[in-house]
Amino acid sequence: MKLEMKDSPGQLVAALKPISDVGGNIIAVIHQRDPDIDGDTLNVQIVLELPKGRLDNLVSLLKEQGVKIQRIGEERLLYQRTVIMIGHLMHTDLSDTVDQIDSTGFAEVCELAMSMPAVNERSSSRITIKAVSREDMEAALAILRRVSQQKSLLLIEPLEDSA
Amino acid sequence: MKVALIGLGSVGRGVAEMLAKKDLGLTITGIADSKSAFMDPAGIDISRILANKKKNGSCGDQHLTAEDVIKKADYDALIEVTPTNALSGEPAIGYIRAALSRKKHVVTSNKGPIALAAKELRAMAKKKGVALRYEATVAGAIPVMHTLEHGLAGNEILALYGVLNGTCNFILTRMAAEGLTYEQALMEAREMGYAEADPTYDVQGIDAAIKLVILANTIWDNGVKLSDVDRTGIDLLTPDALRLADEEGCTIRLIAEANPKKHLLRVSPRILEKNHPLVNDGTLNALTFETDMAKEITLIGRGAGSIETASAIIGDLLYIRDHYVQRA
Repeated sequence: MKLEMKDSPGQLVAALKPISDVGGNIIAVIHQRDPDIDGDTLNVQIVLELPKGRLDNLVSLLKEQGVKIQRIGEERLLYQRTVIMIGHLMHTDLSDTVDQIDSTGFAEVCELAMSMPAVNERSSSRITIKAVSREDMEAALAILRRVSQQKSLLLIEPLEDSA
Repeated sequence: MKVALIGLGSVGRGVAEMLAKKDLGLTITGIADSKSAFMDPAGIDISRILANKKKNGSCGDQHLTAEDVIKKADYDALIEVTPTNALSGEPAIGYIRAALSRKKHVVTSNKGPIALAAKELRAMAKKKGVALRYEATVAGAIPVMHTLEHGLAGNEILALYGVLNGTCNFILTRMAAEGLTYEQALMEAREMGYAEADPTYDVQGIDAAIKLVILANTIWDNGVKLSDVDRTGIDLLTPDALRLADEEGCTIRLIAEANPKKHLLRVSPRILEKNHPLVNDGTLNALTFETDMAKEITLIGRGAGSIETASAIIGDLLYIRDHYVQRA
C-alpha cells in the first residue's frame, strides 16, 4: 500500500505500528522523498502480509493516526502449486481443463509448459496454479483430479507434509 | 533357541547362510522347501543342506513336507519365508496358524498373510502367549517395526509417507538421470535383476500398496484392505514429465501415503524437490513418520535383497529370544 503522512518525527513508526497490531507482517518499507511534492508530506510504500479480513481494521487504525492511504494493491493469490499432467491433453481440450480452474474465481493457472513428442502420442505438461488460500488450493486440486479422471489423464501432484 | 525355516528361496537362503556364518545362538532344527523337508532336533548342518539344494534342487527328504516340519519338529520359533500370495495368503497363513496353535513364535517376511489376516493371526498369537513378528515384510532391512514399537513408543503416529518399492525407485531414477523411456528403464531393471518377468506388482503400485496396508494396520489397527488403497502406478510416466519436473528442481517418486484423519490411503507418483529426504537413487527405500512428539522421522535403507531381508528376520528372532525364550 502507498501511504501519505506528515513529515515529522515519529510519524513513520506511528504508521507501522497498526500493522503489527492487526497481526500483519511487514515485508518491505520504501521511503523516498519526492522533490515535486511540498515539504510537509512524506510518501511511503509498504509491502505487507495480512491475514484475511483484517484490511478494513488496518485502514481505520491508519486513519486515526492521520495517515492518508493513497493506494492499496492486493495480490490475493498467495498459494502456488505445480502439478504434472500426462495424456492426450490437446484431444481432451486443454483450454477446457485450464478453464475449469480459472472459472472458480479462487484459483487460476498461471503457468503452463508442454511437451508433445508426436501426433497421437501422449503429451506431458507442467501446470502451475495459484490460489487464495490453502483450502482453495485443495479445492482446485480436487477439480483437477476429477477432470483428469474424466479425461483419462495421469495427474501427478506434489507431496505435501500431510499432518 | 531352536528355529524351523520354511522356504529356501532368496530370503530363506540368506537367513540360512547368516545363521550358519554368525554365532548367534540360533539352531535350525527343521527346514523345508516346496518339494522336501528335513528335521534334526540336534541341529541341521546348513552348508550340507544348501549344497544339497544346489545339486538336487531340493533340500531334504521328498517324503516330508513343510507341514511335517511345522507340526512335528522341535523348535521355538518358525521362520516363514515362502513366496507372497497376495490374493489368498496361502499356504503361508495355514503354516503360521499351525505354528501359533503349537505355541511357537513366528517370524515372517511374507506380505500375504500379514496384509490379509494380520488381525486374526495377531489375536491368535496373543491368546497363545507367543510373538508374531514381520519386520521383513515392509522396507526390507529398514527396522520400521522396531522403530515404531520401541524408538517411537508413546508417540501418536499422525501420518506416514514413503518409497516402499525399490523397483519403481530404480526405474524413476534411471528415467530422470538418462532420459530413458519407461520401457527402456524397465528393461534395464530386469537386466539388473531388480524387476520380475511380470513387473505388474511393482510398477502398478500393488507391492507398495500391500506394504502400506500392513503399516496402517500395524499402527492404527484400522482394518484397511488392499482394495481401500487409492492406487496409481508408474507405467504411464513419460521422460518428458521427469524433465518438466527437473526444470523446477524436482523429480518424481512413487509415494505410499497414509493419514487416517484425512482418510488418506494412497500410492501414486508424486512431485518432490530433489533435496527431499525421500528422494534417493537406485533401489533404496525411505519412509517418513509424522508423530506428535518426535515430529518427522525418516528412515532410509535397502528395501530388498537376500542378506538385507535376513537382517530384518534375524532382528525379529533375537528380539523373541531376548524377550520370550530366555526368560521362560
